[in-house]
Amino acid sequence: MKIAQLTAHEILDQYAAQQLKVVDVVGSVLEQISQSEKDIHAYAQVFSGDKLPAFNGKNIPIPIAIKDNICIKDTETTCCSKILKNFIAPYDATVIGKLKQSGAIFVGHANMDEFAFGSSTETSCYGPTRNPWDLSRVPGGSSGGSAAAVAGNEAIWALGSDTGGSIRQPAAYCGVVGLKPTYGRVSRFGLIAFASSLDQIGPITKDVTDSALLMNIISGYDPKDSTSANVPNPDYTKALVKNVKGLKIGLPKEYFIEGLDAEVKTKVMDAVLLLKSCGAEFKEISLPHSKFAIACYYIVATAEASSNLGRFDGVQYGLRAQPSQVRKTNLVDMYEETRDQGFGNEAKRRIMLGTYSLSSGYYDAYYLKGLKVRTMIKMDFDRAFEEVDAIITPTAPTTAFKLGEKMNDPISMYLNDIFTTPANLSGIPAISIPCGFSKNRLPIGLQIMAKPFAEETLFRIGYTYEQNR
Amino acid sequence: MITKEHALKIASLSRIHLKEEEAQLLANDLECILKYIDQLNELDVTDVKPTSHALPLQNVFREDVVNPSLSQDEALQFSVQKDKGCYKVPKVIE
Repeated sequence: MKIAQLTAHEILDQYAAQQLKVVDVVGSVLEQISQSEKDIHAYAQVFSGDKLPAFNGKNIPIPIAIKDNICIKDTETTCCSKILKNFIAPYDATVIGKLKQSGAIFVGHANMDEFAFGSSTETSCYGPTRNPWDLSRVPGGSSGGSAAAVAGNEAIWALGSDTGGSIRQPAAYCGVVGLKPTYGRVSRFGLIAFASSLDQIGPITKDVTDSALLMNIISGYDPKDSTSANVPNPDYTKALVKNVKGLKIGLPKEYFIEGLDAEVKTKVMDAVLLLKSCGAEFKEISLPHSKFAIACYYIVATAEASSNLGRFDGVQYGLRAQPSQVRKTNLVDMYEETRDQGFGNEAKRRIMLGTYSLSSGYYDAYYLKGLKVRTMIKMDFDRAFEEVDAIITPTAPTTAFKLGEKMNDPISMYLNDIFTTPANLSGIPAISIPCGFSKNRLPIGLQIMAKPFAEETLFRIGYTYEQNR
Repeated sequence: MITKEHALKIASLSRIHLKEEEAQLLANDLECILKYIDQLNELDVTDVKPTSHALPLQNVFREDVVNPSLSQDEALQFSVQKDKGCYKVPKVIE
């Protein structure tokens, strides 16, 4: 077994037992990159080596991939968009500062859909990432580079961001663990914003233990993020117990219907049976507004995106285009030309959709209605969590699809996120855990959701499942 | 119905200059997405309060003291054009 295939906690154990050195771990990861990166293309950019820290018993010197929308000081951070090419982050995101303190080794900036707009990592200006399990298929998205890097052993673990499923869906497609923490649990300072009321940074790891370990490093209150939650931050590894006795878990009937792949359903139900045999109690619940989640999400997320992306205008940073002719004023022409040349198709589509739903005459019919439906979706969860401690669903309705298959059909692409967007709209934590393979050897993911700030419940259920498989 | 002219108008509000051929394609896409979104009309939202943030937020205040932050030079370093400590943009008034 190659060193790069190990989990972070296995590596830390071997560091402690003096069986492994940091330089060997980094060497193994870089060797894997040199072998498979030309096929997988998990990275927007691989960093050149800095001086490596030594293990000192307390630090966590583990090679990590960072999604290209999280600022690392003095590195190019571009959201995989032409409009930000050559932008060098002048500061560290809070999560990066925390990782630096822990001794982390940054392997590179992972590829992603442009501005996290997508579910397949095909809209990156650097070209697509491919799924390590089947190179003809997508890794999911938008954190597809992060998930593929971990699945392909090109990093030991990674950070992604999740606005509508962008950590969990690629984790499911690549057979790794992906956690979207509760909104406010992890600081967004230094994360280039897509939809500020939905975005969360979270870990993508090889197992549940690593997910808890990485959460211990990155989570916690941050005065630099005004939406950061000032709540006690637990030691998540304490939740890694093999016991689900007495836990009540809901199965929402609206998630097990038409459109759900039969193999995905079978594997998720196998996991349910296993957890039942471990002592968890299951009951059918109803989240009646689930089917409206995608429509609601695409109003809320694009409206916020159209506002957040207003800052990319050629003035302060990034691309500035020269207009070929004067149509309006010199300044407006510069803005419009810069944004035409700098943004890809999906970015334009989403900015325009968001602008439309916020515009005079359409605000009530679209944006305001979206916010009201968001209330209804959230209330479904509030009611459900009066009866159950957690909810289990598939992460995505299918396994990974082929490259190019959905690029010309935005609705079909958006529907990949049907099971993941509700957690963002409701602010609740949710994790995707591998639960087996389809007949053609593609990974399948199981999603567990819990109440706000109940990440420990996710870890407890996830760990019990993982250890008993 | 989102026409090409609508798309051009929305693009203008979005400060994006669309090429003619792009405008028709985006009009088709937007039409298709908005049709999908229209399923929300099945719901009666009359007495429902809007949610802009899922979890309770409160205003965050702090004393007005200067914390470590970017210097003027650092903040300006990525601008294509700058002059005398300011961002420089194309001439607005003729």
